[in-house]
Amino acid sequence: MEDEPSFSDICGGRLALQRRDYSPSCREFCLSCPRLSLRSLTAVTCTVWLAAYGLFTLCENSMILSAAIFITLLGLLGYLHFVKIDQETLLIIDSLGIQMTSSYASGKECTTFIEMGKVKDVVINEAVYMKVIYYLCILLKDPVEPNGISQVVPVFQPLRCCVA
Amino acid sequence: MGGGVGWPGVGVGQCPCEMGSWGPVSLHDQTQSRAAPTHGPCGRACMKSGPSVVLPAALGPSAVVVVVVAAAVAALDRASLLSSSVPGMVLKAFFPTCCASADSGLLVGRWVPEQSSAVVLAVVHFPFIPIQVKELLAQVHQASRVGLAVLGTWCHRRQEAEESLGHFLEGLGAIFSHEPWLQLCRERGSKLWSCKATRRQVPPHPGAPYEDQVMLVFYDQRKVLLSQLHPPADLPDRQAADATASAGGLAAVFDTVARSEALFRSDRFDEGPVRLSHWQSEGVEASILAELAKRASGPVCVLLACLLSLISAASACRVFTLWPLSFVWSKLSVCEQLRHRLEQLTLVFSTQKAENPTQLMRKANVLVSVLLDVALGLALLSWLHGKDRIGQLAEALVPVADHVAEELQHLLQWLMGAPAGLKMNRALDQVLGRFFLYHLHLWISYIHLMSPFIERILWHVGLSACLGLTVALSVLSDIIALLTFHIYCFYVYGARLYCLKICGLSSLWRLFRGKKWNVLRQRVDSCSYDLDQLFIGTLLFTILVFLLPTTALYYLVFTLLRLLVVAVQGLTHLLVDLINSLPLYSLGLRLCRPYRLAAGVKFRVLEHEAGRPLRLLMQINPLPYGRVVHTYRLPGCGCHPTHSWGSLCRKLFFGELIYPWRQRGDKQD
Repeated sequence: MEDEPSFSDICGGRLALQRRDYSPSCREFCLSCPRLSLRSLTAVTCTVWLAAYGLFTLCENSMILSAAIFITLLGLLGYLHFVKIDQETLLIIDSLGIQMTSSYASGKECTTFIEMGKVKDVVINEAVYMKVIYYLCILLKDPVEPNGISQVVPVFQPLRCCVA
Repeated sequence: MGGGVGWPGVGVGQCPCEMGSWGPVSLHDQTQSRAAPTHGPCGRACMKSGPSVVLPAALGPSAVVVVVVAAAVAALDRASLLSSSVPGMVLKAFFPTCCASADSGLLVGRWVPEQSSAVVLAVVHFPFIPIQVKELLAQVHQASRVGLAVLGTWCHRRQEAEESLGHFLEGLGAIFSHEPWLQLCRERGSKLWSCKATRRQVPPHPGAPYEDQVMLVFYDQRKVLLSQLHPPADLPDRQAADATASAGGLAAVFDTVARSEALFRSDRFDEGPVRLSHWQSEGVEASILAELAKRASGPVCVLLACLLSLISAASACRVFTLWPLSFVWSKLSVCEQLRHRLEQLTLVFSTQKAENPTQLMRKANVLVSVLLDVALGLALLSWLHGKDRIGQLAEALVPVADHVAEELQHLLQWLMGAPAGLKMNRALDQVLGRFFLYHLHLWISYIHLMSPFIERILWHVGLSACLGLTVALSVLSDIIALLTFHIYCFYVYGARLYCLKICGLSSLWRLFRGKKWNVLRQRVDSCSYDLDQLFIGTLLFTILVFLLPTTALYYLVFTLLRLLVVAVQGLTHLLVDLINSLPLYSLGLRLCRPYRLAAGVKFRVLEHEAGRPLRLLMQINPLPYGRVVHTYRLPGCGCHPTHSWGSLCRKLFFGELIYPWRQRGDKQD
């Protein structure tokens, strides 16, 4: 296991990279995000509840307060389950394929496995996003045309990580 | 040493695989195992050509031909095995998790040379007779067309290493020769595995090692057997079918396991000659209810298929194709829905077996959908008939119709006055207003005439809910259409009038500019009119222009009302379509047995020690819900709006009548 110095994503958040060599034919790269900070959570909750209380003083309807609590809870659960990523892993197994896993803060894991027979090449692509950034992507073979490319799959897409 | 044509260099009678000199190979016959390597070449020949090599001399030339063909096949086989496995690829051994605790024995499975992977299907335990193992493999090969072979040996030993076992197992490689020969070994109770893959032949290219690097991939045999791979959506269906058969490496694994059902029929607890260990060894799965249902489904299907064909024949009889009835049938959406359901039920209860898994899923989806529909319909029926709700509904219906009529009357009075401050043409306004008011009055009289019978009618129509919730919703949609028939009539009158006016205006406008529509050439041509033609044309044009606001306002109001009714009916139809097309069985399967619908696989690296082979666990990645619905959705009724927004707006502007949904069999108006 090796630890590298810290990296950052497009928006400036910090990322940590871990590399693991299981065997000469199997390697794993792990990118992890910092956890949900208590400060931002408190700030959002307080804003929503203050707004709801303000509406309540205007309308005198207590349903607004219950609605605000529900919205906060559901919003937090939705954010943890669908948006907040804890870790992204890239597992490369010789002559089997490449596997990309995203694990979310709620424990959900999303896995995509691409067989080696379908991979044409792994390239570093350029994109212009406020400035020029470089990102890693996998080119897939086209079943119909032998020299064509059917799909371009960016690696570490949810984290929007770029090669420094 | 009986006579017979033999393999060059070795007499056939000396074939050790014939029952005779060997007998059952068991754990304790170590002296015989040491003698095995000397019989090497013969052993290989026998494995390829089997019992057919043993022929009495009396058969003559035909026997020679058979032997030559067998020899050619054997030679080809050996050549193909020699060139097996792509150089540089790691050898992957797919091992079922259920066999990880089985006793020592032989590994039986399929070798895929293009992927350099060995799919192990079962473990054959000691004692066994080699020829019986080969017979079993040949039988399975015939039944399933999957080329099975003995891939290697499996050794599951206690803490005190048994050296003799190791040598014995190596000797087995001579009887069942296979390139490469796998040797998997495990200490009992520990997680340490060791694998070796050896090649006996000279490697095809220099520099390649005699031993290959091995990677162990564990898979759950039962789940892989039952699951169905769904290739990604961008491949067209035809290509996807080819791909699963040949190319995709992992698809080959799934395919092999799924097709080898014949191998899984006998078990190590059975009394047969060969004792196998595979997923069934953990307990043969069966359910009394499932078996009974399978037996009963045959006659039930036949009975229901006859009943349904009787119903379809009755509905296709000539009485219903006569003009008034056929017109009414085609307009009512209930008939459409009933016909759709009849078709679906015919499909489900047809006596033909489903050809592929997709058809089976479709049948199951339709059945579950129909059952749920009927259940919801019965619930609705019980709710309607309880507490005299039908009576309440019937009592509320006539006042509601009266109220709507009153509102329409107010609207017409408003239009006849000065609506929104616009100045109408008094005479035309009065004519149109009075005409519509009289129409409304007629309609209200009819409703009042029918009011004593409404409760009875509603009661009988409500019984149709027992055929399903979709039928009840279609009936509701039809009732709304019937009750708002006067709005439909008003819309048609207004639209026709407006259309006529627009046509007249456009033609007279052309005259005003001195042009004419050329019907032959389908274009606008210039034309010289006489003075009196121009005079009358201009006069008429002026009259139509000044009458346009009145007609346009009536048209606008009634079109809006009509669109409102159409929107309500459209929502009902959308709900019916949703119930019709949702694949509930597939969604339930995805929820409860996610391994059945597989989008792909995922790998997990298991505990690893330096120097030991890499161990991976292969799990099934289930299909996401969106793709399940997209792949398995049932075809709907087919009554969808066929207009785009642009064409709709164009039709509205020019006053052409819009039919919101095209019924099947309707010609374009």
